Amino acid sequence: MSRWAIEVNGLNKFFNTNHVLKNIDIRVPFGEVVSIIGASGSGKSTFLRCLNGIESIHSGEILINGVKITDKKVNINIVRQSIGMIFQNFNLFPHMTVLSNITLALQKVKRMSKAESEKVSLRLLEKVGLEEKAESYPIQLSGGQQQRVAIARALAMNPQVMMFDEPTSALDPETVNDVLDVMKELAREGMTMVVVTHEMGFAREVADRVVYIDEGRIIEDGKPEEIFYNPKNPRLRDFLGKIINV
Amino acid sequence: MQFDLSALVRAIPALLYGASVTLRITVLSIAMGLVIGFVTGLARVWPNVVFRTISSLYIELIRGTPLLVQIFIVYFGLPALGLNLDPFIAGMMAMGINSGAYIGEIVRGGIESIAKGQMEAARSLGLTYWQAMRYVILPQSLVRILPALGNEFIALLKDSSLVSTIAIAELTRSGQIIITRTFKSFEIWSGVALFYFIMTYTISRIVKYSEKRLRYGE
Repeated sequence: MSRWAIEVNGLNKFFNTNHVLKNIDIRVPFGEVVSIIGASGSGKSTFLRCLNGIESIHSGEILINGVKITDKKVNINIVRQSIGMIFQNFNLFPHMTVLSNITLALQKVKRMSKAESEKVSLRLLEKVGLEEKAESYPIQLSGGQQQRVAIARALAMNPQVMMFDEPTSALDPETVNDVLDVMKELAREGMTMVVVTHEMGFAREVADRVVYIDEGRIIEDGKPEEIFYNPKNPRLRDFLGKIINV
Repeated sequence: MQFDLSALVRAIPALLYGASVTLRITVLSIAMGLVIGFVTGLARVWPNVVFRTISSLYIELIRGTPLLVQIFIVYFGLPALGLNLDPFIAGMMAMGINSGAYIGEIVRGGIESIAKGQMEAARSLGLTYWQAMRYVILPQSLVRILPALGNEFIALLKDSSLVSTIAIAELTRSGQIIITRTFKSFEIWSGVALFYFIMTYTISRIVKYSEKRLRYGE
């Protein structure tokens, strides 16, 4: 095992001429929960998407558990199995039952038998409190339930790192907590997590570390209490003022 | 002027035979068109630029020229290259190649209508591009493109009347032959139209039924 779960050196990313990520350096040890905060358009989601290769990068390098995913020779499909990705809009497969959503990659990627993959899936559904929904279709579930299925689906691949891209932004307020509870449980179990979020409560309570990104740069990086109670950067103070008053 | 129903009734066996030929050539060319169409549609969205270019060229060429001319090229033109085809085979191939282009565009549209997040989610689980297509994108596209495919099948069945020009005794040609013998134009053409309608309406019902069957979770 490598020393760092995630290591990013000198990452630059452009959308055409728009320089969206500027010289990002970050190291995340195993077991750490990192919250990434910042205004919309700051580049935080793009940064997360670069980490599992959904977005290409312009320069720099990204290592996940010591594997340089930015190296062309690396098989990204194998690396991605060790990275769980949770999306704002869940992205469950609507034509499949909840159970099949989870078993698909187990069978096709991990080459598990049907019976074995279903056993694993049901155990994970139980973990997120939805084992009775195994035969439902995503459209029959609430947003919060869909997101928990998405988490179970990602966990099934036994990832070393879990990434969350604004996992609660598209949810009804009453279902947000169910999702956050599952995430807190994961954090307690020692999962390495990177969470792009507007949930300052989560960032404050659960994160070991908070990273503030503004205009494509990491402006502050520290313990939640430093970031929330003693922000040095005026833009961060301004941002926190707006968010916390909401 | 009166409608001579008995002339039509006498023509029914011959028209039925013609309809069976129409149905056979249409079904075979649909099968061929589906294979070509899915390959073309996938090639149109594939990350590889060579595949994309070849498939767009094929689609533009076929859409930009009349089916009748394509049938003539295959049947009258290919013998110049030493390829003598049976009229039925020539007609079927021309129709299959023709519908392949239209089905290719339908398939491309279907694939592109699926939200980008579906591919991203599938890929982040470690599925390859092809696996994501096969298990996540295509099954969802299929439901959406069924109505358009139904239209294409119906159009192709009607356009199969064009192969009457290369001496295939399908429905239209059968009608013509009977009329040269009986001079009952109105009766026979009405009968021909009725037979076409029965077949297209059947396709339309089958497509509607499949649409219902394929809908999920409602």
